[in-house]
Parts: sequence; C-alpha cells; structure tokens
Amino acid sequence: MKQRWNRKDLLGLHELSAEEITFILETADAFKEVGAREIKKVPALRGKTLVNFFVEPSTRTRTSFELAAVRLSADVINISASASSLAKGETLKDTARNLEALHADILVLRHSSAGAPQFLAQRLQASVINAGDGAHEHPTQALLDLYTIREKRGTIAGLHVAIIGDILFSRVARSNIFGLVKLGARVTLVGPSTLVPREFEKLGVEVSYKIDNVLPNADVVNLLRIQHERQRKEYFPGIGEYTRFFGLTKERAKLLKPDCLIMHPGPINRGVEIDSEVADGLQSVILDQVTNGLAVRMAVLYLCGGIAT
Amino acid sequence: MEESRRDVSATIIRNGRVIDPANKRDEIADLLIVDGKITPLSQLSTLNPQPDEIDASNLIVCPGLIDMHVHLREPGFGHKETIDSGARAAAAGGFTTIVCMPNTSPVADNPSTIAWIRNRAAGACVNVLPTGAISKGLAGEELAPIGSLAQAGVVAITDDGHCVQNHELMRRAIEYARMVGVPVLDECRDYNLVGSGVVNEGYWSTLLGLPGWPAVGEEVIVMRNILLAELCDHQVHCLHLTTAGSVRLLREARGRGVKISGEVCPHHIALTDEAIQSFDTNYKMNPPLRAQVDVDALLEGIADGTLSVLASDHAPHADFEKEVEFDTAPFGIIGLETELSLFLHLLVHKHRKIDIVRLIEMYTVEPAKLLKLDAGTLSVGASADVTLLDLDLEWTVRADEFQSASRNSPFDGRKLKGRAVRTIVGGKTVWRL
Repeated sequence: MKQRWNRKDLLGLHELSAEEITFILETADAFKEVGAREIKKVPALRGKTLVNFFVEPSTRTRTSFELAAVRLSADVINISASASSLAKGETLKDTARNLEALHADILVLRHSSAGAPQFLAQRLQASVINAGDGAHEHPTQALLDLYTIREKRGTIAGLHVAIIGDILFSRVARSNIFGLVKLGARVTLVGPSTLVPREFEKLGVEVSYKIDNVLPNADVVNLLRIQHERQRKEYFPGIGEYTRFFGLTKERAKLLKPDCLIMHPGPINRGVEIDSEVADGLQSVILDQVTNGLAVRMAVLYLCGGIAT
Repeated sequence: MEESRRDVSATIIRNGRVIDPANKRDEIADLLIVDGKITPLSQLSTLNPQPDEIDASNLIVCPGLIDMHVHLREPGFGHKETIDSGARAAAAGGFTTIVCMPNTSPVADNPSTIAWIRNRAAGACVNVLPTGAISKGLAGEELAPIGSLAQAGVVAITDDGHCVQNHELMRRAIEYARMVGVPVLDECRDYNLVGSGVVNEGYWSTLLGLPGWPAVGEEVIVMRNILLAELCDHQVHCLHLTTAGSVRLLREARGRGVKISGEVCPHHIALTDEAIQSFDTNYKMNPPLRAQVDVDALLEGIADGTLSVLASDHAPHADFEKEVEFDTAPFGIIGLETELSLFLHLLVHKHRKIDIVRLIEMYTVEPAKLLKLDAGTLSVGASADVTLLDLDLEWTVRADEFQSASRNSPFDGRKLKGRAVRTIVGGKTVWRL
C-alpha cells in the first residue's frame, strides 16, 4: 500500500494520477464486500476520531461519511455550520486547530469556499477529506460515480460520458471531468451556454448545446441537479425552458442506447432534469451510486487515515 | 558627523549618474543640496565648512520617486498600516512622495478628515499627500464636497476601493473636479459584470471553480471614463489597469488626445492567474491577476507610452485577515518595498521594454504632471527629494524585514535585480540600505 498510496489528504481528483484513482477503486471493492456481510464492521480505524465538519448543509454526503467511518470502527463527531463557532466569528483556521487539539485524526470538510480543504490541509497534521468545496471539487462523489461505471461496464477507458446540467457551478462536474479524462473516457458537457462555457474545452472535454445529438452516442449520462434560485436567475430563463431544452424526459430517453447508464448525484428534481419514469427505470443506477458511495468513502478514509498516523 | 555646526545644512552627492527626466538630464555629475534644496554646484566654493559627502559612484541619482496609489489605512485601520509605518515602507522602497487613498474610516470625504491626515502626515518621513472621495462615504450616490476637499489640500478625487456605478454622477463629478482643478482617479470595475468574482475569469477560474472576474468588467468602465473625459474635457486617470482590452481602448483614446491616462501595478506584470492554484490569498487582489496575453499587452502599453504611470496599490492587511478562505479574504497586497525592484527587474533588465530613464520618468514626471505636484525633478530650487538606485544590486525579498506593518506580499523570497539604496527627503536621508 505504501507504494501505491502516500497521501494524508484527499483534496480533489485533479491532483491524483490515474493509478491512484484506480487504487482507490480497487480498495473500495474490498469494502463493498464488507457491506454485504451480516456484520458490516471492520476494525481498520478503531481508536481514531473522525470529525464531520460541514460548513454548508448536507444530509446525504454527511450520512455516507458517518456510516463509512462507523463501519471502520472510528469514533465520529458531527459539527455543522450553525452549531459551530464560525457563526460567532472564529476563523476556519482557529476552529480546525481546536478540533486538532482534541486529537481529531480525520477531518471531513464540506465548505462553500473553493480551496478551503487545501487551506486546512496545509495547516493541520490531521487528514483532510474534501466533502465538497464551493464549485471546485467533490472527489468522493466522482469516485463513487467512477466506481459505479466501472462496476456496471467493466471499464471506463473508451466510454462516452455525457454530463448534463449546471456545469459552471458544479463541483461534481469538475471532479468527474478530472477523473474521467484521466481514466481515458470521452466526456461531453451539455447544458445552457451560460452554464457550460466553452472555456471547459481546455480541460480536455467536448461541449455541446444540443442534447438530442449527444444522447444517442452516450454510454453514460450523468445528470446534475438544476436550480433556479437567486444566483442563477441571470444564467437561464427558468426551469420550464431548461426542461424543454435539456431535461431527460421519457421521450428523450428513447434516444439512449439500451445499455446506457443513467446517473444522478442526487437529490433529484423529478420532472425537472429527469422524468420520474426515467429515474426509476431499468437504466437508472442512481441508488447503486448511493450504495457504492459507502464503499468508496470507506476506502478513502482507510487509505488517508492510515497515512496520517 | 562630528564637524562644526553650520548655519545651513549641506550635502553633496558625488559621482553618481544623475538622471533627471524633467530636465532631460543624464550624466555623471555631482548634486549639491543646501538647506533642503537642490543648489547650483557653483555655490560649493561659498560653503564653509564644506558639505557632507555621499559617494554615489556606480549609483543612479534621480528625483525622489512618487507612488500615486497607496493605502495607508489611517484613520481607522491602524492595525494594518499607519501613516507613519507606510511612510517608512515608502522610504525603504525609494519613494519620497506617496499619495494615499480615501477608503479609510471615517472615509476621507470631508475636510476635517483630510486635515487629520495632513496633520499625521506632517510627522511622517516622506511626503504624504491625501486624496478625497468622489462620493459621500464612497457609496456612489451623492457627490462629496469636492470643492472643500480641494481647498483642504487633496491632490485628486477618487472612490478607489469602490467605483462609481452611476454614470451621471461620475459625469458631474468630473465636471465639478474640472472647475476646482483636481484630477479624477478611478478604479475601473463594473459591479454587475464582476459580481462576486475573485479571480480572472478564464482557464484557472474554470479549473478551480472560483468565481470569475471578467476582463470586460474593467473594460466597460475604462470605456465609460474615456467617453466622460472627452465629454468633460478633463483628466481622468484609470488606476491599476490589467487587461489587453483596456490597453487597446486607452491607446486609441490617447491617440485622439483625450485626457485619459492609465497606470500599472507590478504584480499585474510579474504574475499571471496561474498563481491562484495554490489558493494563497496573497494572490488575491482587485483587479485580479490576469492571463499571459494581458501581461504581454500591459508590457506593450508601457513600452509605447499608453500606460504612463507605475504604482503599487499598496494594500496592507493583517495576517489574521488574509489567512482565511480564498473567496472571503480581503483583496490586496502590499507593494511599496518591492515595486521599484520588480519594475527594474522586469521592465529594464528582463523584458527590456523601457530604459531606466523612462522608468524614472514614469515614477516622477508623469505622476507630478497628472497631479500638478511640485515634485519629481532635480531642478535648482526644488525640494531635495532624491533617490539613489543601484541598478544591478541583486537581492532577495524578505517579508520579515519590511518596514510596513503588514506582510501580505506574494514576493517573499523572490530574487530581484536593482533597488533603491538611499532615500533623501528635503535634503535629509530618511532611509539607507
């Protein structure tokens, strides 16, 4: 393991090599098997303390990390932004140093600012795991997406993956782009031109504004949640027009190859980016993603937690 | 000095290369200072005792440099910088005159705050000249008392740190400033286009997911300022320009004789937005670091005179303020103690875009002309503000040795060639290496 993994932190997929990404996925295979056992717990992180430090609301990612840590026998503490002293004016650095003074070994950080995990990783002895930073990266989400594709299709290299939706503000999209490109997939980004600027082509992907041209050639479609709240009002006219142009409706789903996988990081907006029938259909692997998220996060905590000691 | 007391103080700077662009002078010569004034050498024989001597062999002797864009943080933010510490930083950087921006607390939008600043400035080791606000409270809604500010001694009006978004208010400010004879300095930033942007919109903002600050957010206001300068026939100076588009707009307007000018800060040519991948907040400033094409355009703009002023936008912040998440950190870096060396290194030595004479002119004659200052020259009778430079001295920036009260510089550890070695204000040495 020492040769194949030597990082105390998981900050993003941009900095990982294809070999490192593959190694995480292989490690997750072993942990997926643990989840199928009657006793779903291993002692890998016994005596270690993991802090779920969420400076931005999240239910599913936090729960997944918590369950992953518990299954590795770590002690888990959850801190959310509203309960933390950040609201009282303490800096992120001071809060994190206080957590470290309590001998936290692993800090799982969700933060609205891009770069916040890098900031802490440079200043703490503890492992820092990025659970989503601003619009930057969400590495464990991308890893579970990669894991699911690899599980269902046997490989990632050579597959054509379409990522559809609000790419500009999406950390899930960025981490997926970095991981997929490194592992040899062809990636096409689809969405309104305001949310999918051509600048993304410089990251080694294609950009298309015509979903009907992309769907027939895709091996995987990964749909991102679309919202039309305050920040997005100037970016597209509304949900109705979005669905008309980019929603994966029942009709559009007929364009897909029969073996094309339909993915979504959740939570889904039924009837907006995806029709209910499609989300629940045979091609959908949305719930497999959730299950695989647990195995992938166990692998990440095990690998980074082992280095931090 | 142990020599006998004399009625007048006198110093002679020997054997330096005297460069005085205001008088088209560039020669090896001696420079005589008597009673704080530049004095003809012919008076040397009348002095008794003979003056103190400074050996300037292999050094450049030039008019004291002027930085027309610094933030001294007083009143209100003395933990970042005081007028006194900022002046010492200026002296250490080779500057004898600095112009401070009005975004203090209270804002310098009233004569009493200007009087307070001038009172503090009187005790500083270099000349500190205040600017006043364009709008009350820098809010961009109502005109500040521009006439009273001019009477109180401001050398310009500006909302720097902010930008007047209301074009009508800006038009009236320029018209009014023309009447009272002060130029208008503007930070060019369209609030809607820039939004919450913190880094240049481009490859790196796309990769890192940091909110983008597009070049057009600067260029729209540069265009506005060109049109209003032309309409009002009055001087508007665009602070810290950063984009290829701004250079192109300014070049065209200046070619037509519009009273518009532009300045460059060293970080905008020393660095590109590639630096932000470290998420180090010492690479966060307004406007942001741009792409290589913009840096190249700035260098061309300096070379052909489109960009006529060099300045630091010295913006001190305490460590605890800067050491936070990237998008919430304050904008700005300090520059007084590194700017001259960075420009010497980059413009004169590395890219060879201008010669040392033009560099000195951009730091003396140009700002003096723009702000109508009685400074920036070694003419006989002028106040003896003099900077001695070693063009070839190689040194390493050490932030912990700065005179500034703050340390927020991205250039700590950088090796540079050329720096000021002695700074003289009114005939008195205020700093030497």
